This record gives sequence, structure tokens and C-alpha cells, in this order.
Amino acid sequence: MNTVEFTLVVAIGSFFAGMLGSLTGLGGGVVIVPLLTLVFGVDIRYAIGASLVSVIATSSGAAAAYLREGYSNMRVGMFLEVATTVGALSGAFIAGYVSTSAIAIIFGVVLLYSAYTSFGGPKEPEKGLAPDPVATFLRLDGTFPADRVRGAGDAISVAAGGASGAREAYHVRNVPAGFGLMYLAGLLSGLLGIGSGAVKVLAMDQAMKIPFKVSTTTSNFMIGVTAAASAGIYLRRGYIDPGLALPVMLGVLAGALTGALILPGAKVKTLRMVFGVVIAALGVQMIFEGVRGKL
Amino acid sequence: MPAAIKPTDQQFEIFLGKLLRTGVLIAALIVLAGGMWFLSEAHGARREYKTFRGVPAELSSLQGIFHGAVEWEPLAVIQLGILVLIATPVARVLFSMLGFALERDWMYVGVTAIVLALLLYSLFNHSTR
Repeated sequence: MNTVEFTLVVAIGSFFAGMLGSLTGLGGGVVIVPLLTLVFGVDIRYAIGASLVSVIATSSGAAAAYLREGYSNMRVGMFLEVATTVGALSGAFIAGYVSTSAIAIIFGVVLLYSAYTSFGGPKEPEKGLAPDPVATFLRLDGTFPADRVRGAGDAISVAAGGASGAREAYHVRNVPAGFGLMYLAGLLSGLLGIGSGAVKVLAMDQAMKIPFKVSTTTSNFMIGVTAAASAGIYLRRGYIDPGLALPVMLGVLAGALTGALILPGAKVKTLRMVFGVVIAALGVQMIFEGVRGKL
Repeated sequence: MPAAIKPTDQQFEIFLGKLLRTGVLIAALIVLAGGMWFLSEAHGARREYKTFRGVPAELSSLQGIFHGAVEWEPLAVIQLGILVLIATPVARVLFSMLGFALERDWMYVGVTAIVLALLLYSLFNHSTR
């Protein structure tokens, strides 16, 4: 393959990764690194650099659409970004000392976990919880539009007779646990060049009991900031190669936008299952190649 | 955004969303322009990614990238687009801080300042490699 052919093939692969990532809500970044390393034989460090760039692009590109809906919680997002950016800096720092085989194995485990979440799907947290003193002090509690039900077959229960503009209140719980899990999400993002959507959902939905739509949109908002925190370090380390970032960034971005356009008519549940199987297979192969020391 | 109107969270979020989208659009156009140019000149051997050598300083330091982009080096132009992309969420955090200041929410001005400091540290601290 010459340069033009290689660029085109990687762009097409990235396009499908971005489209599936946006349709399933799992993010395209999680398959970019396995795609580049396992299929195109790219060194995992270049792959992580290119993936990180695509993660910033999709997060920031999708933000405008998400924000208009009025679901995201700015204070929750900013407060947790302290944890994710510190985590991302630690991850990028550690990456300089960990062998590429170890990174491949950790990557495989994260892929398997993401595949597991894509089958179960996140549970909507219980409602009507009492306020939490830490969350009250930090003014994290919020409201979200109760009358609009949209998108991916999400089980958002609608407030009875929700008139236009009605908003449902929620209380944020377990702030320290959520903060700790967000540090982990940031660490994995910085170490592996991914958005860590699966861990963020674990922190916000399961630990902090934030409603699903609020956590999804807020976490999308945070992913770009988290990735930008480690991107500066990776750029200086020479992990971000322009010839590779070119097709990956533009491919994933075009794919994600296409995914958002065709989302209303898509069979999201089936897609999540298919994507889950693909991710699981890639995870096993990453672990296998990591153990063999081939990555 | 007019300072006379007290911005509600949601109005401000919409502004931030547009800011992010504009940043990504500009970054993508710069990368696309540099990329087309790079591909039109790519006749020699393909860049090799199997073994990691690290991107040279001309394409991995802020100084090198700005210098190369001014000289219209296609690869430096791509890297400049990527820098714009990285700067986009940083700008969002900066504007969030202004938004919280307009609401006189000093606790969150502080929280946002911490995030901003961490981001700037990552971008500009040359001892972290």
C-alpha cells in the first residue's frame, strides 16, 4: 500500500468505528486502537495518540447536539473533571513507564468490560432518593426535561402528564465513590487513549445515581476535556503522528456524525449486541497478543 | 453573550456547545487542507508505523509545529489542526469559568480554575515527557 491507499483504508475503518461508536453510545475510540494495532500493524503508541485525537473530536463535535437538549449538568461535569484530568495526567505519565504488552493487556480487559456493559445495558438508577449532604454542599443536584423522550430506546420514565418545559428533579449520591471512579476513568483514558465511557457510566449511573440521560450527556461533555489533558503530553512524547491522525480523526468524526444522523431509524439494541461481540473478540485478541509480547 | 443578561445554565451550555462545534469544524478543516496537500505530495515510501520512533520535535513541540505551519509544511499544518482541536475543550473550560463568575458562583469558579490549571500544565509543562 502506498500512502494514499493506506490513508484511505484507515479512514474507511475509522469511519465505521466512529459510526458504530456513536450509534451504540460506546464511543469509537475503544475500537480504534485494536483496529490500528491488530489489523494495520501500527505500534500501539502511535495508535493511542491517534485514538486520543479522535476522542476529542467526537466528544466536542457531539456536544452541541447534546447541550441543546438541556440534560447535562455543568456542575457535576466540572466537579468530576477535576478527578478525570488528574487521572488522565497520571495515566499519560504512567504510560511512559509501562511496557506496551502490559498496556495491550489492560486494553483487552477494558474492551471485555465494555462488551459486558453493551449486553446488559445500564440500569436506570432508582428515583426519589434523599439528598446527600456532600452533593448539597457542592450544589450538584439538578433537574432534567421530563417531557421529552428521545433516542436510543432509553428507559426514561416520563413524569405523569409532563407538560412542555416540565423538569424532573434528581439528587446526586455517593460523591466520594463517584469521584474515585472518575479518577480511574481518567487514568484509563490517559493510559489507553480512549474516552472510558463505560467506567464513567459506572461512576455516574451506578454510584452517583444520576439519571441515564443526564449522565450520558454530561459524560460526553467531559470526555473531550479528559482526553485533552493527556493529549498535550502525548503530543510532546511524539505519539501523535500527523500521517496517522489525519485519516483517524477525519474518519471517526465523519462516522460519528453519520451515526447521529441515522440514529433515529437504527436498531440500536441489535447493533449493541453485534458491536459487543466485536469488542469482546478484539479484547481477547489484545490480551492474547499482549501476553505473546507482539504488541 | 451580553453580560447584562444573567445567563442561565442552559443558555450558557448552548453557547459552549456551539463553541466546541466551531472549534472542531475549524480543526477538521485545517487537518483536511494539510492532509490533501500531504497526500498530493506523497510519492515516496510510505510513513512506517510498525516500529515506534516517535514523531520528531518539528512536529511534536508547540514551537516546531507553529514554525512548520508558517513555512506551509503540510504535516505541520495537520499538527496545527490537531492543536486547535486540543485547544477547543480548553477554551470550553475557560468560558465555563467566566460563566460561573457571571453567576457569582465562586466555588465553581475555583473548581473550574483547578481543571484549567491542570490542562495548561499538560500543554505547556515541558518537563513532562
